[in-house]
Amino acid sequence: MTNHLAAAQPGLASAAAMIAAIVLCSTTGEVLTAAAMKSLGDLDEIRARSGLTGAIRAVLTSPLFFLGVFFLALAFFALLLALNHLDLSLVAPASASLTLVTNAIAGKIFLKENVDRRRWAAALLVCVGVYLLAH
Amino acid sequence: MTQHSLSPRQYLILALVALCAPLGDTCLSRGMTNLPSIGLKHPAALIAAVFTPWIAAGIALLIAFFSSYLTALSWADLTFVLPATAFGNVIVALLARFWLQEPISLERWAGIALITLGVSFVAQGPSRTELAVESTVAQESGKLGTR
Repeated sequence: MTNHLAAAQPGLASAAAMIAAIVLCSTTGEVLTAAAMKSLGDLDEIRARSGLTGAIRAVLTSPLFFLGVFFLALAFFALLLALNHLDLSLVAPASASLTLVTNAIAGKIFLKENVDRRRWAAALLVCVGVYLLAH
Repeated sequence: MTQHSLSPRQYLILALVALCAPLGDTCLSRGMTNLPSIGLKHPAALIAAVFTPWIAAGIALLIAFFSSYLTALSWADLTFVLPATAFGNVIVALLARFWLQEPISLERWAGIALITLGVSFVAQGPSRTELAVESTVAQESGKLGTR
């Protein structure tokens, strides 16, 4: 941590709140967009059938997609805000690694994905790995 | 037995998903750290930040990420695509090590090892839940004689 930033560092509670806001918004957004894409079907096939504009139209006419994008946009601005107040070495690994685990939980509950032992293990390993790598 | 069959094109899309996200994030952080402190009281400053060069480049990369990410989600599970996304961080770290000659600490090597191990777990499994159900159904119907 650099010294000139240390004076401007917010407290633990507001740092946690900023990171929690990113994690919550991005998990909600990712689950909603994933649900939207699953309901559309294979985009490559849609593109082969009705071209790129057809594929873009298919995505842009899905209300679920827009709801998901809304939450992803919220997560993006929450990230920009947090990056302005906290070190990148805290925000990036903490939000990225926590989001992997919350997404595995949300994917199992809301998307009914088959999150088997392999995927749980992967979520945890990648979570710790992302934290170590980006820290 | 291979449990998922992705085409070369689908591997290419997963590679784009993996690479564009960390490169885009790097551009964003580079752009944001150059700016003066932005508070909740001045949300317009965040909008203005969007038009600075590094942030604009970051956003362009993230748009490329997002379109390939959406394509990947249309044929694979979220819990399959996300670890692939994380693998991009490993690629970028290795590029920084061997191309830009940046040193990698022991901690970060441990992170690279863990992510690679996690991704290899997911890659061994099915890419989509329906496919898993189908293969279970096929196995079950194969066992029907014993019931």
